Amino acid sequence: MIELRNLSIFYGETQVVKEVSLSIARGASFALVGESGSGKSTILKALAGQVTDWTGQIRLGDHSLEHGRDPALVRLCQMVFQDPFGSLHPRKSVDATLSEPLAIHRIGRQNERVLEAMDAVGLARKFRFRLPHQLSGGQRQRVAIARALMLNPPILLLDEPTSALDVSVQAEVLNLLKSLREDHGLTYFLVTHDLPVVSFLCDELGVLRNGELTEVTSVERLKQGNLQSEYGNELLSKSH
Amino acid sequence: MMLTTQWLLDENPQTRAQSRAGQAYRLFLALLRNPLAIVGALIILLLLVVAAFAPWLAPYSPTESNLSMRLMAPSAAHWMGTDELGRDILSRIIHGTRITLFIVLLVAVISAPLGLLIGTVAGYFGGWIDKVLMGLTDIFLSFPRLIMALAFVAALGPGIENAVIAIAITAWPVYARIARAETLTFRNSEFISAIRMQGASHGRIIFGHVMPLCMSSTIVRVTLDMAGIILTAAGLGFLGLGAQPPLPEWGAMISSGRAYILDQWWVATMPGFAIVIVSLGFCLFGDGLRDILDPRSRTK
Repeated sequence: MIELRNLSIFYGETQVVKEVSLSIARGASFALVGESGSGKSTILKALAGQVTDWTGQIRLGDHSLEHGRDPALVRLCQMVFQDPFGSLHPRKSVDATLSEPLAIHRIGRQNERVLEAMDAVGLARKFRFRLPHQLSGGQRQRVAIARALMLNPPILLLDEPTSALDVSVQAEVLNLLKSLREDHGLTYFLVTHDLPVVSFLCDELGVLRNGELTEVTSVERLKQGNLQSEYGNELLSKSH
Repeated sequence: MMLTTQWLLDENPQTRAQSRAGQAYRLFLALLRNPLAIVGALIILLLLVVAAFAPWLAPYSPTESNLSMRLMAPSAAHWMGTDELGRDILSRIIHGTRITLFIVLLVAVISAPLGLLIGTVAGYFGGWIDKVLMGLTDIFLSFPRLIMALAFVAALGPGIENAVIAIAITAWPVYARIARAETLTFRNSEFISAIRMQGASHGRIIFGHVMPLCMSSTIVRVTLDMAGIILTAAGLGFLGLGAQPPLPEWGAMISSGRAYILDQWWVATMPGFAIVIVSLGFCLFGDGLRDILDPRSRTK
């Protein structure tokens, strides 16, 4: 579903991602882990079309991603951001936020679809006309997830979706993401440095170091604490 | 549907209309807690009422001269005295509210949207668009306002419409600056990225998502600027480039009273009072609006 071939990404003169090749199957959940500055968020931004200075090939499903604004990307993947306080428009109610993508693409039955989406992410209907500042962090992240799902994309990009939340709320949001994936057959591409989240939510992970992919391995090996590369095990030991 | 306080303050509104009404009501309550803003609002309200009912409120005609009653001191018959042509000053001030309102509203309607558009476009796109637009803004900002308005009126010809256009042309750069600064603070934020990922066009993002966030600071600024607009209009009137006689424009009235300022003080002073009071009203109201609309000062 997601395929990267020799992907290199540049910020001006600096090459932050070096020749990364990856293949993620349909319906899989893949995590990219690494320290901050390793380039994992940059890869995510390239997939999201926010970073355009890259070489190589990015394939999403049957579509080969173009540089710059790619209209096909909208229906293919959507993103859930790290900070639920910054990813919702502060003056738009839940209803306005969720119906906006429908209005952009002139999709009908907005009323029903908004309510369905709220039900799907477990957000009580009474919150429909609340503004973001009247919601808790977990509720906001549910809104952000519902928004990402409004256009029914097969791929969901997750940028540390729980790191800004309280521990108790983290579990709720992770459970929600897990069940949504099962219900909708979504493909997840997760970026995080939180290894317990990886073992809960993902089947596969890639370890990124200084822009280079050191290893791709299954979550089973992560759970056994037995990664192939030295660096992977180092990361693992640091997270305990 | 009952319009009760409880319905308005419901934490879980049922419809869009209810949630909007609730927000407006909360702003209104916040405004009520600020006594100075109330004073400002009352002055503006008074201005509106006087302007609406000017012909019925004014005891005399504002333009008909009566030379036998020249330069009479304030008395029971003429509360604010009469001017050099024997016209009742109170009646002229009352009719002048219409001209003042006309100028203020037209300038706001022309310059605020223009400044908002230029500022948000510059801030949102950045790069060379930003450089060009802000360069243009800087050129306009670098001239003193009254001087530039004067130059424009001189080019367009004296008259109230041209005064409005001239003031509007000089007023927009401030709003453009504010809107751009505001836009820059959130142009890279995640909610803008999110809406862009959903395929929204640039126009949709600017009008639907960027502008609403710049709106409150612009509204506050416009209200605060109203005083300056009134003064500029009066200044142009005073210099003979604004409203032309016999229109009872306050600045022009001061100008014509200048000749008698030592012996017949009321001719120039009364319209001066009117200008001060109305300017003060807009200032106080704008200050109060800033307190309640500024998102940084707004609590949950």
